[in-house]
Amino acid sequence: MTVAMSPDTVPRIWRLARLDYDPARQRPVLLYPEGAVLLNDTGQAILELVDGQRTVAQIAAELGARYQTDVTADVTDYLSYLAERELVQ
Amino acid sequence: MTMERPTTLLAELTHRCPLHCPYCSNPLDLLRAEHEIGTDDWKRVFTEARELGVLQLGLSGGEPLIRKDLEELAGHARSLGLYTTLVTSGLGLTRKRAEALRAAGLEHVQVSVQDVDPATAERIAGTSSVKQKQAAIALVKELGFAFSINVVLHRANLDRIGEIIDYAAGCGADRLELANTQYYGWGLKNRATLMPRREQVLAAKEIAQDRILRYKGRMQITFVLPDYFEELPKACYGGWGRYYIVVSPDGKALPCHGAYAIPSLELPSVREHSVQWIWHESSAFQAYRGDDWMKEPCRSCPRKTVDFGGCRCQALALTGDAANTDPVCMLSPRRNVIDEALHEHAGADEYAYRDYAAEPQGA
Repeated sequence: MTVAMSPDTVPRIWRLARLDYDPARQRPVLLYPEGAVLLNDTGQAILELVDGQRTVAQIAAELGARYQTDVTADVTDYLSYLAERELVQ
Repeated sequence: MTMERPTTLLAELTHRCPLHCPYCSNPLDLLRAEHEIGTDDWKRVFTEARELGVLQLGLSGGEPLIRKDLEELAGHARSLGLYTTLVTSGLGLTRKRAEALRAAGLEHVQVSVQDVDPATAERIAGTSSVKQKQAAIALVKELGFAFSINVVLHRANLDRIGEIIDYAAGCGADRLELANTQYYGWGLKNRATLMPRREQVLAAKEIAQDRILRYKGRMQITFVLPDYFEELPKACYGGWGRYYIVVSPDGKALPCHGAYAIPSLELPSVREHSVQWIWHESSAFQAYRGDDWMKEPCRSCPRKTVDFGGCRCQALALTGDAANTDPVCMLSPRRNVIDEALHEHAGADEYAYRDYAAEPQGA
């Protein structure tokens, strides 16, 4: 099952989830009831821009400018993956 | 084999509880208050667990609200960055305590509900609790906690699974855990009375699947078939000594909350050892870690890295050897003990309620 993340979607992190840093694994982590997703730096950079204001397109544009490359597909895929797990809505 | 870091600590702060549910996951020999470890011990355990890699903390019991230091423990857990769940009956959750827990940084509250039918709920809990739970649920919502409802399913409430799901949605729960009774300890003692009939299970599965879709995006629902009705065993907490640590009220560390029942295990105490030592060095956490301990049919089975041979406690309770294949597995030579249990319910309708043995220990 895929969850559509269009460029106009305004994604939000699930109300029950929280971004944090795991000092033991030295990795950013998304924590939620009874679970956790370890993130890489890209995942963290994306989720830090998921603020309930920015659209997928805006997030991709901001990160694209930061990394000097088109990251639209990566951002869309990653947010769709988290949306399938109901961690992003 | 690479050793994983643990992700989850279940702190069974006390065995004391106002409810007497006949499927309680606490051991048959319940500990009294004088055996419980203190606030500083628990805080050290949380700190050490966090350093080792634990991300999730369950403050459980018994009824954890009976501990007067619960707010202090929740605050310490939050300062460490742990995502903490209070696992409660709701009884004892006054406004004052709920507000103090919120202020301490507690994020998630899971309230148990026995049934939507008040008479059955009271019969299961062995006491009146419905009104107090309603008040607790209202407080949890009002204060903005992440909120889950947990319902243990069995023969007496499974037919109402649809109403139970609708009730949880009406309460505004973010999550609903529909947990089929696990038959260890108290549950095993009451198995003949708790075991559902196959047609109940199949009907419930269909209703749950329909409601999961209906409430998608509003309430997450977890429903897993009871393992007696499956052909393959479940991985016990993702494998023995792999992600999970339980600490009992008296400071004993266990790889799962049923492991009290395995007498050959020498359970290490947090009073004597660090959580790190317990995880890496203790014989109890190494006993069934990986696959060196396995016998056939597990040893040569391609699923051994998927289900780890199933549940050790169930293997011991039903086959007499904790290193045997979980008898739920269709490949187990002892699957017959499961099939026989599925038919033992005729006529059984009395519960053995969770309670202390008649004489206080050491009194």
